[in-house]
Amino acid sequence: MSDSRLRISNIDHVTQVEFIDRNILDEANIQAISDEISGIIEQSDAPQLLINFANVDHLSSAALGALITINNKVNEKDGKLRLANIDPQIFEVFVITRLNKLFSIHETLNDAMQEFNAASS
Amino acid sequence: MRCKSSTLRAAKTASTRFVSLADCFREYQALMGEADTQIQDPITVELVNDREKISALIDQILDQAVQAGLKDAAIFAVRLAIEEAITNAFVHGHEHVPGDPPIRVEYKVLEREIQIAIEDHGPGFVPTEVPDPTLMENLSKPFGRGVMLMKAYMTEVMYNAKGNRVKMRYIAS
Repeated sequence: MSDSRLRISNIDHVTQVEFIDRNILDEANIQAISDEISGIIEQSDAPQLLINFANVDHLSSAALGALITINNKVNEKDGKLRLANIDPQIFEVFVITRLNKLFSIHETLNDAMQEFNAASS
Repeated sequence: MRCKSSTLRAAKTASTRFVSLADCFREYQALMGEADTQIQDPITVELVNDREKISALIDQILDQAVQAGLKDAAIFAVRLAIEEAITNAFVHGHEHVPGDPPIRVEYKVLEREIQIAIEDHGPGFVPTEVPDPTLMENLSKPFGRGVMLMKAYMTEVMYNAKGNRVKMRYIAS
């Protein structure tokens, strides 16, 4: 899809999703991202999803809302969502909103992948 | 009747005075509320609901804030708060406003301080009635975090009595 806001790859039964945009702020963009990830979740029985925040400098509460919706959908299908590579300033947003308690957040992609592998073995 | 007519008259006058005092007090509170959200001699922009124009305005405000000595963490905070306030104005404030008219953005950059006010044409809301999104029962709800983020990241956040105008200040420590 040429207008995709995401880079998607499949590694060891885990779907890795990387944001192309540095800022995930506006409603239209967030809706497009949310729809695209929801499509991935719907195609899988127990989605193993890893979202890579490496490129992200800013996000809004609407983006947090989209992540929560994604997390809810993954949980409904007995899957697992993990987040990684979150910039310290953005991680603080997760802490302030206490969403660090809701999401499984890992420092690096490797850390997250190890947790996926540990859970599946 | 046990009261003398003169006493009754006095009571009536007193009660009228009491009512008008209460009215005045409410009016005064409303006025003070308005005054609290004013900015002296701001730059005023009528902002339409267009992503490129919103981003351009925020960049313009933040460029001035950088020049005024605000650092990285402050810029991150102010950007987040302005984004949330503008989103609230268009998405919630104008939810039932036909035609989605422009919102008013006022700002003023001082030395190590920035003041921003955002006003929409909606009916307003009561900020204290927004449920606490950090409570366990609200944690997996995908909405309701904008107001708390503005409060968390800015030095001061005030609403007018109607609840359709917010003024925020960031003061660098």
